[in-house]
Amino acid sequence: MPSQYAFIGVFLLVALALPIIGLVLAWLIRPKKPNFAKNATYECGMETIGDSWVQFKAQYYLYALIFVVFDVEAVFIFPWAVAYGKLGLYALVEMVLFILILLGGLLYAWRKKALDW
Amino acid sequence: MQQVIFIVLSLLTLSAAVMVVASRSLFRSALWLILAFAGIAMLFILLQAEFLAFVHILIYIGAIAILIIFAIMLSRGVMDPNEPRFNDQWRLVIGFGALLFVGLVVIMLRIPWPVNIVAVPADAIQLLGADFVGTYVIPFEVASVLLVAALIGAIVIAREH
Amino acid sequence: MYYIQDLFVNIARSWTSWISGFLPLWAVSGVNYLIMAVILVMMPVLATLTLTWMERKVIGRIQNRIGPNRVGPFGIFQAFADAVKMLVKEDVIPTDADRPVFNLAPILIAAGAALLWAVIPFGRGMAAADLNVGVLYIIAIGSMTMIAMLMAGWSSNNKYALIGAFRAVAQLLSYEVPMVLSIATVALVVGSMRMGAVVEAQVVPFVVVLPATFVVYLMAGIAETGRSPFDLLEAESEIVAGYFVEYSGLKFGWFYIAEYGNLFAISAIVTTLFLGGWRGPGVSAVPALGPFYFIAKIVAVVFLMMWIRGTWPRVRIDQMLGLAWKVLVPVSLANLLWVAFVMKLPLPTALQWVLFVVGGLAVLAVALGLLGRAGRRHVASKGMVQT
Repeated sequence: MPSQYAFIGVFLLVALALPIIGLVLAWLIRPKKPNFAKNATYECGMETIGDSWVQFKAQYYLYALIFVVFDVEAVFIFPWAVAYGKLGLYALVEMVLFILILLGGLLYAWRKKALDW
Repeated sequence: MQQVIFIVLSLLTLSAAVMVVASRSLFRSALWLILAFAGIAMLFILLQAEFLAFVHILIYIGAIAILIIFAIMLSRGVMDPNEPRFNDQWRLVIGFGALLFVGLVVIMLRIPWPVNIVAVPADAIQLLGADFVGTYVIPFEVASVLLVAALIGAIVIAREH
Repeated sequence: MYYIQDLFVNIARSWTSWISGFLPLWAVSGVNYLIMAVILVMMPVLATLTLTWMERKVIGRIQNRIGPNRVGPFGIFQAFADAVKMLVKEDVIPTDADRPVFNLAPILIAAGAALLWAVIPFGRGMAAADLNVGVLYIIAIGSMTMIAMLMAGWSSNNKYALIGAFRAVAQLLSYEVPMVLSIATVALVVGSMRMGAVVEAQVVPFVVVLPATFVVYLMAGIAETGRSPFDLLEAESEIVAGYFVEYSGLKFGWFYIAEYGNLFAISAIVTTLFLGGWRGPGVSAVPALGPFYFIAKIVAVVFLMMWIRGTWPRVRIDQMLGLAWKVLVPVSLANLLWVAFVMKLPLPTALQWVLFVVGGLAVLAVALGLLGRAGRRHVASKGMVQT
């Protein structure tokens, strides 16, 4: 097993190196002529209006939060899933309970319109 | 060899953690935090806890870091790199910090840490799963209740806006 | 003769024993890792070169036109022409952009598309690193892509890039839950998270045994790669290029390569999890046939995705997110519970699998029925014209 992760380590370095090498290559080849119009921020071809900061919708935060809850739930489901074959009926009952409680949470979020855009 | 990797990873994680606090822009602090999380995940792999390492990446980097970044975006303080980084109490803080560090080092050197000579079993994840519904079933179910409670609480707070 | 039967594995073994003759053990491993890493890192690039041509031809034919046919016979060198163009275009960085983060984002996203290939089994014993937690590794790499998108959107100093990045991450987050749940269902049936074990357990391909899971995973996969009908993030009429609007030249090229690399990788994962990976007639006798079956199946899945892209219209963002949370998550949870329930019945495995199919189809039917009813109610309440 350590050898597999040694490979992943090497792979990570190579995977990071490839785009870097590509970008260095491109940097050597391409023209460099910055001017004001080119460097200006793109706003559908017009002059920018106002700051480049937008009012952040709270909805994004809610989606991320519900995602955290379900991500943790999925993390609990994985070990149970691989061990499931050898366990008794109690494993099923307990997981059903676990999932039902979380489904209750999802239903609450649904009813409170936390899932709508 | 393991020592070398451990030292490299620890230095990576520690410097990333220092940069979290030292960085001027909040967004960059979040990115350094992500690097620190990645370093910790790699340390888990060094300990042969591969499930825990990927769960760490999945939850911390995949969910919590994104939550933190969204929370940063919700507040306006992202784009202000001109605030002073040190306030007047920094000498006091360094003193207490050094004291805490020395105290922790002394405590850690004195504890007889149990050294694990038994190899990690190949089916560690199966054992973990069996324990979830076996020995630790009460924390398992309480965890789901806790998650739903957190969800409901966050929705209640967020809907007030 | 016996050498050719397991050709790829035998080539690897002969190579390793040859270099072991004059290199110490750690160097042998190091050289092998480097070779495997370089080959796998080329997969997204290879995917881009071939799939862009395939996509333009397929979409072209669906839209009753020919597609590129000037550069080389049947236009197959079109991708090289595009690559050269991207290499020599000037790299325009907007003023006040956060340079280190701006430059790092395409590197991370391209690395993410490449890293997925480490755990995918091309044949029996031909996965680069058949991790015990292979499926979890795949999901974890997806989160790296999300961070890279946020970096790209934020560092561009452009409000539309920022909005695009938020929406992209919201979409990816929402579809990751059904994706993870359907992978958990597959892991439940197989009893392991190792990709090699998943392929070996598919005596009957899981697309037949777990139809609801396949449908959910396919939809989640299409949404994860940001393709139509879920391509609101990069729709040119909506938000120009979304989070990578300020990128030009090869940096944009890496986002492009990452997109097609991800498409290829998701198709490979669908093939491994549901279509039986490298399995096919005659593979037990001649394992060297494995990779060919694998690539053929991947191409079929890619074609399916391109077909879907060319046929169905784009979905609105609230519909898309609603679909993920309100339809796909309950469907995948219901399927997971049904599979868990059936597995505990004292029946032989074959009968259990038949019950999986029945239950899966029932869940799909119920979901479609409820969706249909909701749709009709929506139409009636808005007083829209029924066609």
